[in-house]
Amino acid sequence: MKTRKSKIKRLIVKSRTDNLSSIRNFIREFAEEIGIAGNEVGNIILAVDEACTNIIKHAYKSHPEGQIIIKLKYSDKKFTILIKDYGISFKPEQIPDPDLQKYYRQRKVGGLGLYLMRSLMDEVEYVSVPGKYNQVSLSKKFISNP
Amino acid sequence: MADFSTTVKDIGDVSVIYLNGFLDAHTAPMLENNFSELINKNRYSIVVNFEELAYISSAGLGVFMAFIEKVRENNGDIKLTTMNDKVYNIFDLLGFPLLYEIYKSEDEAINKFKSLK
Repeated sequence: MKTRKSKIKRLIVKSRTDNLSSIRNFIREFAEEIGIAGNEVGNIILAVDEACTNIIKHAYKSHPEGQIIIKLKYSDKKFTILIKDYGISFKPEQIPDPDLQKYYRQRKVGGLGLYLMRSLMDEVEYVSVPGKYNQVSLSKKFISNP
Repeated sequence: MADFSTTVKDIGDVSVIYLNGFLDAHTAPMLENNFSELINKNRYSIVVNFEELAYISSAGLGVFMAFIEKVRENNGDIKLTTMNDKVYNIFDLLGFPLLYEIYKSEDEAINKFKSLK
């Protein structure tokens, strides 16, 4: 029987945009440990940055004392990132795909982050328990990895 | 702290903003300030040089959307240059090449403004 490489790591940060760089470094280090490199890591880092930026801006309305819990898991060639917050609940199905021509006219941008997350990852799943917590799960499968 | 800085250089009527490092939700306000200052000085011919930019998230992309209409209303433009493949792919994924002129070199973008005169 083949042995399976499995790993879990956790990071807890406050809902401040100056923590985005440490979140990105946390993902990069974990990816290096499990042997994922190059563009794939860059895409995962961007998807996690977008998820956390949405939490800071929308779930916590830029309030800096909220908690963001990031759990990374690599098992059966699948990289999963679970991101939990205790802010305002979010309904992703109410966010349409971005329309740049419309943004151009309205001078504002919205939904780009969610669109990027969906484009860059295999699966994006939201669980929201109003008044309790929200959790987004991002995952990507690596066929050729150990 | 995210590592990001900008430098603005005026070359004749054209202003070039040089981006360096990581452009995310934390650092995007710095770039917003650069655009606001140029617009306050009525400088609407703007080139953004991406050569030293390592990373961009949608918060950074949003800055370009926020100012483009105001700049074009004043017969100007925001032209983008020297992006690495990683950064270009993100712009491309969101359809930005349809809205912005993207050039391989800074000179090409500057000359484009000059040729309009």
